[in-house]
Amino acid sequence: MSSPSTYADGAAERRPNRDVIISVRDLVIGFGDVTIVKGLNLDVFRGEVLGVVGGSGQGKSVLTRAILGLVPARGGAIRIFGQDRDALAPAERRILEQRWGVLFQNGALFSGLTVKQNIQMPMRETREISHHLMDELAMLKLELVGLPPDAADKLPSELSGGMVKRAALARALALDPELVFLDEPTSGLDPIGAAEFDELIGTLQQTLGLTVFMVTHDLDSLYSICDRVAALAEGRVIAAGPLETLLESDHPWLKAYFHGVRGGRLTAARMEHKDEEWKPAPTTR
Amino acid sequence: MTVAAIERPPNLTRQSSPEGARLSLSGDWTLVASHRLEAAAARIVEEASRDRMIIFDLAQVSRLDTAGAWLINRARHELARRGVAVALEHVRPEYSTLLEEAHYRAFEAPARPRFKLVFVLLSDLGESTVGALREFYRGVSFLGEFVASMIYVAQHPKRFRFTALVAQIELICFRSVPIIVLINVLVGGIVAQQGIFQLLKFGASSYTVSLIGILVLRELGVLLTSIMIAGRSGSAITACLGSMKMREEVDALLVMGLSPMEVLIAPRVLGLVIALPILTFVADMAALFGGMIVSWWYGGISPVAFASLLKEAIALHTFLVGIIKAPFMALVIGLIASMDGLETKGSAESLGQQVTSSVVKSIFMVIVMDGLFAVFFASIDY
Repeated sequence: MSSPSTYADGAAERRPNRDVIISVRDLVIGFGDVTIVKGLNLDVFRGEVLGVVGGSGQGKSVLTRAILGLVPARGGAIRIFGQDRDALAPAERRILEQRWGVLFQNGALFSGLTVKQNIQMPMRETREISHHLMDELAMLKLELVGLPPDAADKLPSELSGGMVKRAALARALALDPELVFLDEPTSGLDPIGAAEFDELIGTLQQTLGLTVFMVTHDLDSLYSICDRVAALAEGRVIAAGPLETLLESDHPWLKAYFHGVRGGRLTAARMEHKDEEWKPAPTTR
Repeated sequence: MTVAAIERPPNLTRQSSPEGARLSLSGDWTLVASHRLEAAAARIVEEASRDRMIIFDLAQVSRLDTAGAWLINRARHELARRGVAVALEHVRPEYSTLLEEAHYRAFEAPARPRFKLVFVLLSDLGESTVGALREFYRGVSFLGEFVASMIYVAQHPKRFRFTALVAQIELICFRSVPIIVLINVLVGGIVAQQGIFQLLKFGASSYTVSLIGILVLRELGVLLTSIMIAGRSGSAITACLGSMKMREEVDALLVMGLSPMEVLIAPRVLGLVIALPILTFVADMAALFGGMIVSWWYGGISPVAFASLLKEAIALHTFLVGIIKAPFMALVIGLIASMDGLETKGSAESLGQQVTSSVVKSIFMVIVMDGLFAVFFASIDY
């Protein structure tokens, strides 16, 4: 196998003047005797939607959690917004954490609070604004993610799966973050709901100028909204770049992923109609 | 509270020229500015409310987020309501999408009905009464279901799960012995100490032995054991069945054509029914032992004297009164625990509520049952 970092850095070299928002260098993470992430390199650029793919157990979630600071790294460096988080004072770290929003896989809405209170939670804790404005902003966010106003006073247990994801997205967007992490946003949604959610992420990314780091299994999401895709295998980024370059890769896992039974059908269909219909999602830059 | 330092607070300056008034907004119009953002938005309305027409110049706005866009739009709406025409100038393309997305609309809060306290109180009272009656009805029908499935099992003994029953007996009975022995030794000792201390005033400290014997065998042994088991095993049964219900395991049994009553509940309830008399016996012995030790050490009644006094004070029926109650207590605990477990809804809070309610209800019912038995035994003179 060729050196993985040439792929990752190759993407960076092609766009030398783009702003790097997350940079991961030689990251090593392990638990006990098992090393899951072995010298991983990855860059996320401002204003892009990066899709992270990889088989189960290849370290997608661990990588996300390490970037978020939920899992300690054994080695390497993670810089977010150009800052090394480990070197920051606690107060500075909290400010940094207010600049991102996270959508957890199962929503992670606080079950004892209504949807509106969930959305207001980050505002209430970190901003000094009036109740009236907080109410209005929560309702605005609710509308942005496509939830009806009467969802505001419901408890998370009263929502359907798709609504939970939307409400959790609204909470992730509560402080207007620059960077949003999405952990398998379309998992557990039906194809129509998943397509709608992809579209929603795309629209929000454009209107709010977000950078999106999206862990996904969903090939449709990759095709419809990702600007760049990073593939994880064997604890490294085996390829990163626009989807077209990944489709041409010789790596056995990528071949199986994109040209296997399920992926192959979709890839063939997309490629056939490429010229007429399918265009890479437009991006704001 | 940590708020990011803001380099360019939101600001506005007013310029009046012959063509009309201009408000030029500058700085970061973002939520990071917190209350300063709201103050700035309030100032917009203040500054412009006397004009007929005004231009907002957004050229100097360095950053804008949904909160800023919302507040600017709200100010525009407020001014429009007062008859001031507002025009925007020098809006960057990315800001105009944001301003459009956050256009002003009134979010009417869904009307929440408000009632007088008396009505709320009365309706709560009614609701809980009906709830309690319904609960009782469900309990009785659950008991019926249980008995029916027991009869079925008696006719088809091969279908009964003896392995599960043995496992339950180990969990409920064998593993509870240390704690049951411990609390009963202590309680026996405390009763003995108090008895000796109080009865000494009348020079009747030897009656302590009758006190311990009758009190422990008739009431305390079975009551303490039942309460302990309600807390220890009742809660475990509710939690186990509740989590199985949450993960659809109970539904999986149903669609396989198996009855949860037979597979899950029968071994547990039967396990309790077998375990509780055994544990009651253990508890009785432990309490008598505790009483004997304290009588010897504190009251100077030797174990030999204790034994002969005890023999005079109690008869077999004293012991039987306690033991007879045990299986009934077990049935009550087991049925309440199983019923509450199966009523768990999908969420973790619901599981917690069910476990709490199961323990509270079974301890309450154990004490009520004990009272009923006291009345019953008194009236048949046993």
